[in-house]
Amino acid sequence: MSDVVEKTLTALPGLFESQTGAAKITNRLRQLIKSITELTSKHEEENLIKRELSAIKEQVSSPNTTMKQMREIMVRAMYCEMLGYDASFTYIHAIKLAQQGGVLEKRVGYLAVSLFLNEGHELLLLLVNTVLKDLQSTNLIEVCMALTVVAQVFPKDMIPAVLPLVEDKLSHPKEIIRRKAVLALYKFYLIAPNQVQHIHAKFCKALSDKDPGVMASSLHIYLQLIRESPDSYKDLTGSFVTILKQVLGGKLPVDFNYHSVPAPWLQIQLLRILSLLGKEDQSTSELMYEVLDESLRRAEMNHNITYAILYECVKAVYTIHPKAELLEKAARCIGNFVLSPKINLKYLGLKALTYVVQHDAKLALQHQMTIIECLDHSDFTIKRETLELLFRITNAQNVTVIVEKMLDFLCYVPIKTLTFAPDNSWFIQTMNDVFSIGGDLLQQDDPNNFLRLLAEGKPEEDDQLRLYAVESYLTVLKGHTSHLPQCFLQVMSWVLGEYAHLQESVDRREVIRLLTQLLDQRSVSSETRVWILSALTKIPEGQTDLILDLAESLSSSQDTVLRQQAQELRHLSQDSQLREWVLVENSCAVDSSLSFLDGFVSEALAAGAAPYKPPHQRQEELSLNLEPYSFSLPVSLSSCSITDRQSPTLLSVSSGLSGNSAELSTLILEGVKRVWGKDGYLPQKEATAPPVDEPSAAVQPASQQEAAERIEPRPEPSTQNQDKQQLASSLFVGLGVGSSVSLVRKLFYDGFTASLRGNVMDCLEARSTSVCHYALLMDDPHTNVSLTGTVSYQTQPGHTNTLPFSGTLSTADFIRPLVVTTEEYGKLWLSLSHDVKQNLKLLTDAGDPLRTTLNALKDALQLHVVDIIGSEGIVACRLLSGAPCLLHCRVNGAALAMWLRSPHPALPDFILYHCQRALAHH
Amino acid sequence: MIKAILIFNNHGKPRLIRFYQYFAEDMQQQIIRETFHLVSKRDDNVCNFLEGGSLIGGSDYKLIYRHYATLYFVFCVDSSESELGILDLIQLICFVFGQVFVETLDKCFENVCELDLIFHMDKVHYILQEVVMGGMVLETNMNEIVAQVELQNRMEKSEGGLSGAPARAVSAVKNMNLPEIPRNINIGDINIKVPSLSPF
Repeated sequence: MSDVVEKTLTALPGLFESQTGAAKITNRLRQLIKSITELTSKHEEENLIKRELSAIKEQVSSPNTTMKQMREIMVRAMYCEMLGYDASFTYIHAIKLAQQGGVLEKRVGYLAVSLFLNEGHELLLLLVNTVLKDLQSTNLIEVCMALTVVAQVFPKDMIPAVLPLVEDKLSHPKEIIRRKAVLALYKFYLIAPNQVQHIHAKFCKALSDKDPGVMASSLHIYLQLIRESPDSYKDLTGSFVTILKQVLGGKLPVDFNYHSVPAPWLQIQLLRILSLLGKEDQSTSELMYEVLDESLRRAEMNHNITYAILYECVKAVYTIHPKAELLEKAARCIGNFVLSPKINLKYLGLKALTYVVQHDAKLALQHQMTIIECLDHSDFTIKRETLELLFRITNAQNVTVIVEKMLDFLCYVPIKTLTFAPDNSWFIQTMNDVFSIGGDLLQQDDPNNFLRLLAEGKPEEDDQLRLYAVESYLTVLKGHTSHLPQCFLQVMSWVLGEYAHLQESVDRREVIRLLTQLLDQRSVSSETRVWILSALTKIPEGQTDLILDLAESLSSSQDTVLRQQAQELRHLSQDSQLREWVLVENSCAVDSSLSFLDGFVSEALAAGAAPYKPPHQRQEELSLNLEPYSFSLPVSLSSCSITDRQSPTLLSVSSGLSGNSAELSTLILEGVKRVWGKDGYLPQKEATAPPVDEPSAAVQPASQQEAAERIEPRPEPSTQNQDKQQLASSLFVGLGVGSSVSLVRKLFYDGFTASLRGNVMDCLEARSTSVCHYALLMDDPHTNVSLTGTVSYQTQPGHTNTLPFSGTLSTADFIRPLVVTTEEYGKLWLSLSHDVKQNLKLLTDAGDPLRTTLNALKDALQLHVVDIIGSEGIVACRLLSGAPCLLHCRVNGAALAMWLRSPHPALPDFILYHCQRALAHH
Repeated sequence: MIKAILIFNNHGKPRLIRFYQYFAEDMQQQIIRETFHLVSKRDDNVCNFLEGGSLIGGSDYKLIYRHYATLYFVFCVDSSESELGILDLIQLICFVFGQVFVETLDKCFENVCELDLIFHMDKVHYILQEVVMGGMVLETNMNEIVAQVELQNRMEKSEGGLSGAPARAVSAVKNMNLPEIPRNINIGDINIKVPSLSPF
């Protein structure tokens, strides 16, 4: 091909010469492409591009370069980037082109921007105004371009800036604009669902748009929405069925036909939506039987795209509530797929079977022979899919055969299959095969899962398995080890380090020798060396001479990590006390809260360091400020809390709290003395308080208990304290935002108090019952947190009973009214940095909609309505002894425009969520 | 979602690269190399789907590709896309290329060759933008796509034919010279033109 290109290109100049100035510009691009196609080596390419890039650099910085030339330069830059060379100096020019040029320049500029910049790129900020301008342009093409770039690269924090304009485009007279706007909104929904919640009604309008194209693009959104919560959209089933019927009936313009199939992609989308809606729902499924039947019948023409529809249809039939007649037809279709000589269809047939066998394993039996044939197919993809199918039909009887097949072909054995393993030796042997054949191609999870399987078993039951593993690995290591994949070596060294001691007949020296041998091999990667060294560290003491030799030889290693480990190894082997302390057998205590750093952290905080924020939060704080400058006062110190831990006492209550996100410690049990408020030292409050951190006195009751003891974890302080809390909130509000002076601390005066692992609790003793109150504070809002814990108590000395308990709490449980005056509210408002705006439903069933709505919110969420002036209302609340959140509500037509502010970046979103729910349920 | 569209030739030289999910520059090149490596090994008589490439996202992703003479069209998609649907989308895009670049009425990719893609990289991107937007299929109605592209082309032509010139030049070159060139150079390369569209 390159020959042809070259020859053709040599013929080109003649043609170009007849052109005037315009052709000269393209000369450079032509030259570039021509030279690239002539290249013979990577090295030449590098040189050429380097020269090209420096030429581009020169041109872009020259003041004589016209816009037109810039366009061509941009294309050249795109070319260089496509080949993998860095042309980042042109990025800013791409933006300039989009900002300043005419339509054609804009087009290149936007294209370059969407190719060059990713969502996190800082230069995107420069584009916001241009996009805003273009969205309002009267030129269709400009609007289209702006919508495209918005959907392509705009990050979460820039969406609010363009959202209203994009929303407006939903009612644009031109279909193409509406279509693009719908997709842009869908993209917004994917990256920031909170921000587009209020336009669901408009999506609905898009669905019923008179242009089929707009309707089709709205299906993207519905597919996603329905996937997330099928129950909320059941009422739309009828509409989707009607649409599909009309499409099938040829009601769409002929334009939409593709190979004389009406709008096939639209059909595929609709079938997917229907299958989601009909899943496990008989009455909804009944609505669609007819149209599915029709679909199956229609799709008998012999073209690729009809098979695509058929496949979706079959999947739908098997997903929804079953109907015998349809199932039969679908099964026949699957048969056609599987038996088809066309390889793509065979593949889909296998895929469909894989899906279907979960519902009906018998279907696989009918096609046994084909499946076996497919196992021997020359196409890797087909084999793989067949194995996937086999994996689904694995059971205790056929596991050995299937796993053997899997190993034969691909060494692709999901660990899960092996839960059917008939016995230990087979399992370990098979795993050995998997690791040694599959080795480093395995997914990262597989070795980890395997190790977990070994580690998590009960000592008595699984010791045999472990023992077997140790034995078999020792045998493997005695053989040739140079060909073994790294991950297998890692698994082996871990197991040997951990469990070699179980096997008494094995000489420790032998184990150490084998592992050391591995270290000497060249092929062993440095990561594996680290594993091996860790294993050596774990092997019990006694072989100091061997270890010391090893440490000595490694101390000159070039790898600093290894050197470090060798050093540790030496120290540990020489100091048995230290060793015992560090390597306690069978102890696996992980202090995930990093409590040992508390001292360090509080020192650092006292010295003026900024409190730690997780990366995502930092990101959010850096987000775009769309407010005029006057509003943005310095960001106030957000609340920080340090847990102070006491050693566990007789009455031990441990609570594990896990949020619904992956973050650590969703609830921080707060109880630290806070001596510095925003306005300085706060001695007077603390000075009079009894010593909080002395648990001993408080814990006495436990030992005195004769009968069962009941402990109630309270998500909120008991009612008697609520007035106090309100008082406290009004007292402390002046102190500013960051003041998380523990409200519960005020409860100490109410008699029996105790502090436990940072909790403030309150034990009321009465004969045989003890009631403990805990204050749980939510530091980082989450929609839900689950709370688990155990209570241990002694009915007689020496007998400890344990009761587990658990519960789920939502953010709403932690919201408290914040009583402030209008002036205080105003002050506080200005000092808060994170805000969210959204339109909410207005309850219009009573005379004063604003008041009704606010009261409804107040009842549902314990908000404090500060003031209502005309069509505006201000409301305040706070997270229980945490960050405040201020709500500014304004009646805006039939909606309530709500503006929330809080020092905590995520809090407004959650409060908004609960407000929406509260109003929806009203 | 479509994660990336990659077009490269039989030697693995990228002709058009469009990512809809962010990958660092060197990662992108690695993905292109790996994809080429995976795809180029496959015969023409195996299926057009590939699963489990390790670079883009792992097991949830698949590659759906078509091979036309000197070019591979590869779509990297996640599990939510219909395989056959995407396969036909590729064909549809090629039809559009055919219509736009060759201006023939047979709506066929037959006469489009690598040269068109190389010279009109920007144009190819504009066409793609009308079909796939931010990783989502925007439009599958071919007439509509062509209409949008034509609209932009008219705008360009009215400006004085900067980009129109090479298009005309290239098609002129192709019409004049190509039939002779292969005879002089290499018989094997006659295959720039695709004999038949449907591998099915």
